[in-house]
Amino acid sequence: MADLASNLAGIKSPNPFWLASAPPTNSGYQVARAFEQGWGGAVWKTLGTPIVNVTSRFAGFNYREHRMVGMNNIELITDRPLEDNLREIAEVKKQFPDRAIIASLMEVCEQKPWHELVKRVQEVDIDGFELNFGCPHGMSERGMGAAVGQHPDLIERVAAYVKEVARVPVIVKLTPNVTDVRFSARGAARGGADAISLINTINSVMGVDLDTWNPIPHVDGKSSHGGYCGPAVKPIALNMVSDCARDPEVNIPISGIGGVETWRDAVEFLLLGATNVQVCTAVMHSGFRIVREMIDGLSDYLDSKGLRSVNELVGKSRNTITTWENLNLNYKIVAEIDQSRCIHCNKCYIACEDAAHQCIDRVRHGNNGAYDLVVDAEHCVGCNLCVMVCPVDCIDMVRVDSGVPAQSWKERSAAAVSTSG
Amino acid sequence: MADFPGKPIQKELSPLEVSIEANRCLYCYDAPCTNACPTHIDVPRFIAQIADGNLKGSARTILEANAMGASCARVCPVEHLCEGACVYNTESDTPIRIGDLQRYATDSAREGNVKIFTAGTPTGKRVAIVGGGPAGLAAARDLLRYGHAVTIFESHDRLGGLNTYGIVPFRLSTDVALWEAQQVVELGCEVRTNARVGENVAPATLVAEYDAVVLACGMGDVPKLGIPGEEHVWDALEFIERAKTTGAAPGLGNRVAVIGAGNTAIDALTCSKRLGAERVTMYYRRGEKQMSAYQFEYDFAKEEGIEFRFFCAPKRVLADAGAVVGLELVRTRGSNNGSPRLEIIEGSEFVEPCDTIISAIGQSRLLNSIDALGVEHDGGVVRVDDAMRTSRAGVFAAGDCIFAKGEREAMVVEAAQQGKLAAASVNEYLGSG
Repeated sequence: MADLASNLAGIKSPNPFWLASAPPTNSGYQVARAFEQGWGGAVWKTLGTPIVNVTSRFAGFNYREHRMVGMNNIELITDRPLEDNLREIAEVKKQFPDRAIIASLMEVCEQKPWHELVKRVQEVDIDGFELNFGCPHGMSERGMGAAVGQHPDLIERVAAYVKEVARVPVIVKLTPNVTDVRFSARGAARGGADAISLINTINSVMGVDLDTWNPIPHVDGKSSHGGYCGPAVKPIALNMVSDCARDPEVNIPISGIGGVETWRDAVEFLLLGATNVQVCTAVMHSGFRIVREMIDGLSDYLDSKGLRSVNELVGKSRNTITTWENLNLNYKIVAEIDQSRCIHCNKCYIACEDAAHQCIDRVRHGNNGAYDLVVDAEHCVGCNLCVMVCPVDCIDMVRVDSGVPAQSWKERSAAAVSTSG
Repeated sequence: MADFPGKPIQKELSPLEVSIEANRCLYCYDAPCTNACPTHIDVPRFIAQIADGNLKGSARTILEANAMGASCARVCPVEHLCEGACVYNTESDTPIRIGDLQRYATDSAREGNVKIFTAGTPTGKRVAIVGGGPAGLAAARDLLRYGHAVTIFESHDRLGGLNTYGIVPFRLSTDVALWEAQQVVELGCEVRTNARVGENVAPATLVAEYDAVVLACGMGDVPKLGIPGEEHVWDALEFIERAKTTGAAPGLGNRVAVIGAGNTAIDALTCSKRLGAERVTMYYRRGEKQMSAYQFEYDFAKEEGIEFRFFCAPKRVLADAGAVVGLELVRTRGSNNGSPRLEIIEGSEFVEPCDTIISAIGQSRLLNSIDALGVEHDGGVVRVDDAMRTSRAGVFAAGDCIFAKGEREAMVVEAAQQGKLAAASVNEYLGSG
């Protein structure tokens, strides 16, 4: 059986599945329950000056009958006294010494309060800090959270304050609400952070009630933007993780966050360069027990790949992401429909006809009025749309030998210049 | 209408089931379900409208194509039509429950008293419709929407035809049938009940006073069996009508014999059982495979505890002091492979004791009405062309009166489609006239 033990910048955990700093890590009771189920680590709900919350706080984004494809919250950091949190952290750590407990922190951008908070928190036995520079609502209006995370120089400055006194590794948690997250990550690295974690939640308005015209969720008829998370944000998170993992100026370990629900999601984050993952929404949907399937799935997957350690996955696909100009212009695939599995819903036909390249024909088959769906392979551009809409997976994209050597746009442009030159 | 014993056959979908089922629909393009529906309801569209929370729009999509959409949701043989054509008829999937979703959407319009259609701008033209059943109502609804003035001549005291009187209440309740009729009445339709063309309505009046006539009179009583003691035999349609309108059938007794093997026979059988008869048996001169009842009707009858006797023909009703005591039958011989050949086995007579005998061997043709209008027919089947035109200019026909055995199915949905086509044809005729 493969070794799932993970090590993020010196923070060790028995597996790479951590709970993100969020409602599920609000108390010792919850984190202990999570550890009983097998979570490898937990980033405690952000500590700082206790706040006052509003009701309501959450809203789900449902797609058809699927609930919570996305989720949004306007909850703030911990609303409990620091001493209570610290006492519970110590109790849980004592009970589960092999698990990682990371204290998430938030303070105003001044050295003294940060020093005081860090020193106070590390009096208890914690494994690391995570600096919350991501919270996009409420706290950002008070100059904290994303208000810091949107300024690389502030990230750098505060990370440095913390590093001056921290005795355990420091992770900087980044907001995705920026134009290019690499600038934020570089700021963290310059400030001396040991790792970054991303993404925090994305600014969002979840919806409007069609009957009352109130926003969703609403607080007495009003709302503010919230933080969006859950399965729907995974592609955005993967892109940002990939960007940071490939950036030579970042070059520190990454804890991947954003829509992780199963071991499969976790593997994708690891392949693109994350060392571990953090999970919140999936737990909010189904409880801590989901980690059992995540552990089983990851372990079986590693065995099936003949890998001995989960760390062998980290970054294996990192260099498969590049810029568009490096893609092979001469690579060609076309759709091929397996007639024996086709159920004739014609979804591929209408998608291709109305929204792609008119390359699927309905060819009458016999005299009974039935049609076969046939790909015009000569004109098919290999866009994948038909595969995406097919409900029974009867379409394959097959490689066609273009007979031309690989050439990227960059190469083609260079060749054109040299020819003309 | 009276309460009737026993639960409705169709189970209503819960809101959760509706959501799952509506969202499971693939929204096929050029969808086979739509092509399989005789009225071509845009099924993916009405299901998408359920899924996106526009129930009024969903009901409109259904009822636009099929004025009898609420009753069809209950009585259509969906496994032979829309659901039978669903692309999900695969080894691993089950078809979308289109009928149940259609019921949900139309129920919502009915229960919410939602007004969907309005009458068209008056054209000044008048159309007479003979018969207020599914075909007549469907024709009337569209003609009113075109703006024509419509008068329905209905032989019963209520509209709806077989939907109101002839389909067992546990499959189609009267309130659904009457709601559909009411939708037509509310568009400004004039209705003359207890009006029988050729009896108390002069055909000449119709032709003289109206710009067009739609003959949608349906069919008549169950024909005679031609056996001694016939006068003691009940007509299945009369029996169902009585049971549906009063909730009872006095004198039914404990042992009931039903002759015939069509859907009306099944209705008479199951109706008898639900009214309390202990032993209800179907007698059919041919075999199981020649039954004209739908398989699901036959299965339902079996579930209800009906017994079946094949290859035996009624020979004589046995009565004592005016009361039925038994039915004498004779065994027949025939192949079970669809061959029409049938032989009586001489000397094989036997008697089945029973209290009531109900005949459901088909329906006679309403020659009075048909002949009164002077349209050509084949043994009572009115001749029409593709546009529902009879041999007489200005007279159109739809529904069971044009139903020829062996061609199309005599279904509510077919009648609704023919009514719709007849209305379009009348509209064209009036426009050009």
